[in-house]
Amino acid sequence: MEITAVYYLIPALIMFCCGVYGFITRKNMIAMLISLELMLNAVDINFVVFNRFLYPEQMEGMFFTLFAIAIAAAETALAIAIIINIFRAAKNIDVRSLNEMKF
Amino acid sequence: MDYSQFLAMKQEIALLVVFLLVFLYDTFMPKSTQKALPAFSIILMLLATAAGFCSHCLGSDTTVVAFAGMYETSAVIAAIKGILNIGVVIVLLQSIKWANGESMLMRRGEFYELLLVTLFGMYLMISARHFLVFIIGLESASLPLAAMVALDKNRYESHEAAVKYILTAVFSSAVFMMGLSFVYGLTGSLYFENIYFALTNQLNMLLVIAIAFVISGIGFKLSLVPFHLWTADVYQGAPTSVTSYLSVISKGAAAFAFLVILAQVFGPVYSKVWEWMLYALIILTITVGNLFAIRQRNMKRFLAFSSVSQAGYIMLGVIAMNAMGMAAMMYYILVYIFSNLAAFGVIGAIENATGKVSMDDYRGLYKTNPRLSVAMMLAMFSLAGIPPFAGFFSKFFIFTGAINQGSVAIYVLVLIALINTIISLYYYLLVVKAMFISEEECVIGWFRSSFSERLGLWITVGGILLLGLVSCVYSSLLNLAEVSPMNMYFMS
Repeated sequence: MEITAVYYLIPALIMFCCGVYGFITRKNMIAMLISLELMLNAVDINFVVFNRFLYPEQMEGMFFTLFAIAIAAAETALAIAIIINIFRAAKNIDVRSLNEMKF
Repeated sequence: MDYSQFLAMKQEIALLVVFLLVFLYDTFMPKSTQKALPAFSIILMLLATAAGFCSHCLGSDTTVVAFAGMYETSAVIAAIKGILNIGVVIVLLQSIKWANGESMLMRRGEFYELLLVTLFGMYLMISARHFLVFIIGLESASLPLAAMVALDKNRYESHEAAVKYILTAVFSSAVFMMGLSFVYGLTGSLYFENIYFALTNQLNMLLVIAIAFVISGIGFKLSLVPFHLWTADVYQGAPTSVTSYLSVISKGAAAFAFLVILAQVFGPVYSKVWEWMLYALIILTITVGNLFAIRQRNMKRFLAFSSVSQAGYIMLGVIAMNAMGMAAMMYYILVYIFSNLAAFGVIGAIENATGKVSMDDYRGLYKTNPRLSVAMMLAMFSLAGIPPFAGFFSKFFIFTGAINQGSVAIYVLVLIALINTIISLYYYLLVVKAMFISEEECVIGWFRSSFSERLGLWITVGGILLLGLVSCVYSSLLNLAEVSPMNMYFMS
């Protein structure tokens, strides 16, 4: 059986959708952050697969992925720092408790 | 590699020098001199702005392309960066009192460093002609902003706003990058120019999805309506200086980057794919922003929804897709910087003196603080677009630019925008009514705002009064737009 691009793209799409679903339904902020990571990693897979299978003569997608990984790490570090701040102030990390400000 | 191409990035280099000097000052100067840090950074920022305008006047910044086409700067781009610089100087001026206050004692330098880094990211966003550079700019413009929102460690709202901001920002950039990956799969390049030519005779479902993802990703940054839910909470929770920065500078840069992407990347499929998306977004943004602004009592939330609807008006300059629309958009952003910063200047002055941010506290303000009330009134008139003030002219030009595009749908769109201007008049005048007409005893006593706050207000009020009447501002922007290299991407 030959492995074509579709075999990578479908799982990447499923990962992305799982990430969106998790981001919307999860109540724990760390779990939301993990869902965001899923989405970002799905993007990385997409780029690498498009590069490898469709445009193998250039490395543009691979380089984009490298940068995207670094950016995702920076985002996670900052988000974790802010969540720790919230935990110190409110003693929990449930998103439902973030309701001081609304409408 | 030819290292001399770095010299093409004049304004970025100037900004980096400012950043490094501020950083070194913050780290190595003795504690007794730290109080001068805000003034130091303002002077440096002023110098950088002046240097940007000087290199423009000397004519040295004709269109320059560097790094194999990844970076481009031209007279229009230099002008929009100059406009952002002016806004930053005013924001810094208005934030001096807050930055020298008790709660910021340990973190004064961080505010300035983070602010300068985000500005650098916005410069990259505007100048990028390759999506890798654009993403780096976008992230370095939005991540430090989350840290700035969380800067007020003693207030719980600040943390809550920061969480809401960082989660939506990461979500939106993930959606944006997913769209980019589809674009890459379709065209095989991340250069704006290559994508533009690859798209000229291509239309399929994947492209529509990709463009929808890209538009929604930037729509989050611009707080267009289906993606605006973070705006009010973040604006309310963030420190007032950060809020004013977020609402004018960040929004202006994102709007211009949006125009560049839509024109230079997705230009060929304008009428086929994204024109109707933008119609829906603009109508929703203007209307929903206005309707929600009516019921707000907190001044910062009120200005948040007002800025949502203003973003809709700015988008009219994008959908026009002609040089006049671009010039009108730049002019709109300039005027918006002055009028919104005047409003935030008054709010910040009152908050610093009394800690009050509710509209109900503003009742009878005219009796105790007549000058502040007049400044606020001018800001509201300008935001609403009442004739002698700059806001009227910016709205007038942006409507004209949109109508020049010529289709019937645009006429309907401009009509809806006009009707919304009348709705917006109601809630802007609510503030004026509270200050001038309400008879109750004022809860805010007389106070004297600090010199920097007064200077900032004088500058912004001067801008509101003069920008509309001094016609050379708009005409020079129009001249720049007509000779800009972006012009060839606009369809006739």
